[in-house]
Amino acid sequence: MTLLRASTPISPNRWRNRAAEPVASVKALAGAVVTAPLGWLARAIDPALRLWQRATGTGGMVAFFLLPNMAIFGIFVLLPLVINVAYSMTTGAALFLGDRDFIGGAQYARLLDCTDYTRPSSCAEDQFWIAVRNTGLFVICQVSLMIVVATITALILNRDLRARSFWRAVFFFPVLLSPVVVGLIWRWILQRDGLLNAFLVAGGFDPVNWLIERNWAFFATIGVTTWAHLGFYTLILLAGLQAIPRDLYEAAEMDGTPPARVFWRITLPLLMPNMLVVIVLVLIRAVQVFDEAFVLTSGGPGTATLYITQYIYEVGFASLLKNLGLAAAASILMGGVLVVLTLIQLLLARRNEARGKLK
Amino acid sequence: MTRALAFLTRRRGGPGSIGGWHWTDVVTFFWLGGGLILMFGPALWLILSSFKSPAQLAEFPPSALPYEARTAVVEGYDRPLPLYVVQDEAGTRTLAEVRRVGTVAQMVDPANPGEIQKVNIANRTPDREVGFAVENYTEPFLHFDFLLYLQNSVFVTTVATLITLLTNSMAAFALSKYQFPGRAVVMLVVLATLMIPLSVILVPLYSIISGLGLFNSLWGVILPTVATPTGIFLLRQYMLTIPDELLEAARMDHASEWQIYWRIVLPLTAPALAVLAIFSVVWRWNDFLWPLVVLSRKEVYTLQVGLNTYAGELNVQWHFILAMTVVTMIPVVLVFIFLQRFITAGIAGSGLK
Amino acid sequence: MGQLDLHGITKSFGTVDVLKGIDLTVQKGELVVFVGPSGCGKSTLLRMIAGLDQPTGGRIEIDGRDVTAVSAADRGLAMVFQSYALYPHMTVRANMAFGLQNTRMPKAEVEARIADAARMLEIEPLLERRPGQLSGGQRQRVAIGRAIVRRPTAFLLDEPLSNLDAELRVTMRAELSALHARLGATMIHVTHDQVEAMTMADRIVVLRAGRIEQVDTPLNLYNAPANLFVAGFIGAPGMNLWAGKAVGGRVQLDGGPEISLPGAADGPMTIGLRPQHLRLAQNGPLRATVALTEALGSETVVHCAFDGGAPVLAVIPGQPPLKRGDAIAMDFDAASLHVFDGTGQRVTA
Repeated sequence: MTLLRASTPISPNRWRNRAAEPVASVKALAGAVVTAPLGWLARAIDPALRLWQRATGTGGMVAFFLLPNMAIFGIFVLLPLVINVAYSMTTGAALFLGDRDFIGGAQYARLLDCTDYTRPSSCAEDQFWIAVRNTGLFVICQVSLMIVVATITALILNRDLRARSFWRAVFFFPVLLSPVVVGLIWRWILQRDGLLNAFLVAGGFDPVNWLIERNWAFFATIGVTTWAHLGFYTLILLAGLQAIPRDLYEAAEMDGTPPARVFWRITLPLLMPNMLVVIVLVLIRAVQVFDEAFVLTSGGPGTATLYITQYIYEVGFASLLKNLGLAAAASILMGGVLVVLTLIQLLLARRNEARGKLK
Repeated sequence: MTRALAFLTRRRGGPGSIGGWHWTDVVTFFWLGGGLILMFGPALWLILSSFKSPAQLAEFPPSALPYEARTAVVEGYDRPLPLYVVQDEAGTRTLAEVRRVGTVAQMVDPANPGEIQKVNIANRTPDREVGFAVENYTEPFLHFDFLLYLQNSVFVTTVATLITLLTNSMAAFALSKYQFPGRAVVMLVVLATLMIPLSVILVPLYSIISGLGLFNSLWGVILPTVATPTGIFLLRQYMLTIPDELLEAARMDHASEWQIYWRIVLPLTAPALAVLAIFSVVWRWNDFLWPLVVLSRKEVYTLQVGLNTYAGELNVQWHFILAMTVVTMIPVVLVFIFLQRFITAGIAGSGLK
Repeated sequence: MGQLDLHGITKSFGTVDVLKGIDLTVQKGELVVFVGPSGCGKSTLLRMIAGLDQPTGGRIEIDGRDVTAVSAADRGLAMVFQSYALYPHMTVRANMAFGLQNTRMPKAEVEARIADAARMLEIEPLLERRPGQLSGGQRQRVAIGRAIVRRPTAFLLDEPLSNLDAELRVTMRAELSALHARLGATMIHVTHDQVEAMTMADRIVVLRAGRIEQVDTPLNLYNAPANLFVAGFIGAPGMNLWAGKAVGGRVQLDGGPEISLPGAADGPMTIGLRPQHLRLAQNGPLRATVALTEALGSETVVHCAFDGGAPVLAVIPGQPPLKRGDAIAMDFDAASLHVFDGTGQRVTA
């Protein structure tokens, strides 16, 4: 057989290229530490799995591969979802469903029992309605603030910046921080003798009790959660901005379109798909607000920053008089709102996808 | 700072600008500068503060850098004495304080320990130098439970991430490389779990965990979190790009389906697995609400829960809290420094978090 | 080792019948080429022999043993894929060893087989490289090597040359034939390239739309195509096929002359004549006008048309001085005519 001299390198396939690029250090480390014992384990179970495959065919193997994940989904997500409905119709101190007394819709009735829905104090479960009102206000403020700030940031990051990835990283940094860390950092800064008041005093103002005055505390929770998640939404908006073809702007420039008009007539409409996704995501997250706010203010002062998730947590777990049934009912009401919002998001995502395919 | 900014931003310039600066350049300049301070500043302030002594933390207005009082060992006194710079009629000199009575401090000159001088405290300032109160870090580990919390957090993060990678990749493999009846149903289930946040199923999940005897167990924290729909989507998307011919070649090569998964598909999915691993580490490290519900005994607290508990006590020991907050932040900061671009690429690509 | 029998193989995807009853025997040591236009079912057939797909109906036997229900791994066959399907994360050596290790073969034996195959294919210097670092031709060899080390009952090759450039393809074609001669193994080779089929095969299986059109040696296919499809498919440039009507031993071609064909049954028919069998003759019976000439040096392809308009293709040896618009006359031997009846089947004289 003759040796081949002519050799035409065929460009490696796409997936091959991607397989070659991974985080070299991480891969090497994981390779050394993790795969050695795991590889041994994988080899050890192979004979048993071969028998299983012989006995049940590919179908059996599919079941095997799906089982762990689906079992966890089933036990820890789907089953709770079903139980939750049952829970919300029971009362008593017992933890397990079988030991609890069935009371039908009484928990819901209690939650919804109000003479005047605009005044929480007129409701049987006034804490719930305070939490609902606070959460509603929080959602409105949070969504508007986040959209405005994230859009401006994305627009600025989309300019011809040197070191854009550096600046993107700057705004992304807080996203990775844990809610507890975020809460504690800001508690430290906003406390009476904290950094912010030091600046105020240095500037000749009176110090403010940021976390002790009701309104300031409320706005603090909004500001801090915005600070913590801004980078995430900016990233999504930036991706949308970068997908807008450059020649559109050049065409507008040739037409002498004023910059403001370019923004309202070109940038914003084309950014809309990503913008809608961001709005819905912020909404969904804002409805569930808990971690940062809880660490920052613990719901106080009084009930000024008591939000629904904290209400559920307090009623179900933290308070002395635990009422699991009431907590379950409240969580189902919140879940209903979230399902609607999520469905909207999926709908939007699908529409975007369809639109993307048309292009 | 200004020069760094000038380097990092590029002006728009061109026609319509005044003095070379278009108004949008000004906005960009201030927005980015402000962003830099606002995003990194708080963390930086936290780190600086964490090295301050309790006395210094109580000061208002606070100083920027952590200082330590200088001390001197003076003959005739067992403990080292704090040094002060005294400025009065007698001139400026450095003295060590022996004790304080009202507004008068009894002080000695370290060079001349026999003679006690009485100084009005208004006339003296502490003599200090930049120094780090490292005991803020060592004390909580040695005398509180933070070492335990740290171990718990590391355990939860590591185990949860490993299980996540394994179970999610197995499910993604089945969903991307096999045709089987009910595949659409399974995908729907995965999608549905995406819609159900923890806060909605808190109560029943708690009862299930208790029923399984996992209350106050780290496994109770780990198990409900490992089957992430996000991970399945991410990995499945990637596995779809692996050609089926490779799997068929392996089948011809006498490989069992398990071997195909383990020896062929998994190694080729490494980049996506790395991204999921990074995500998972950050998620599990930062988890708060669920551990807060499941863990009620101090021995099993994770760092996040332990930190919150300590910060919620009546007599908040800020010097320890701040130091432990920094410790809690370290892994995430490392991820940020070294792996940030993989995360941002992952989010920008899939819109997942 | 290596006889293969297919009995009534059918395959449907939903309502679409891809294979409509395939019966075939591949003798031990034979190199059989499946050829046909894309979508004819040749790759599907190969995958079912391999065990990667299950036939809807029919039976597959290897050396007389029914393997229809046996998994791909246990049929003892080896396959070379169109994309080579080399494991990108393994070295060449690991690629070749993978299948052997899976059968728990002793290490020494594995090493010996790899060394053997590497020597035979001259890829020894490449053993520690990864597929990404190899050229197309090198990958092709590794893919073949991976099949060889298995010592399979039969080799299945799924368009293995289609990813190579033209020059390399010719070389690899020769090498594959040489390899077949040397190993003496049964091989089934799938291709859509009839030249590849003609040059390599012991026997060619021509497939169209899920059916076997003809199975025979390359020369028999060329000399006696069983039907219009095979006649048009085999040979380059393609055979001239003229439709016409026979009356009393003479055939009137549509848009062409009348030629004598003693003994032809009356009715519609098609006359076939290879372009190579036409020659220039001053008083030949076929008169035509030159439309285009393609001079290849050793021969010239002449596109022309009968006076009635029907196209004629002729391959004339050498470099005849013809140009567009020239009127020419051509002749042929009656023995080289192929006659097909109204249904397109060959009429044996």
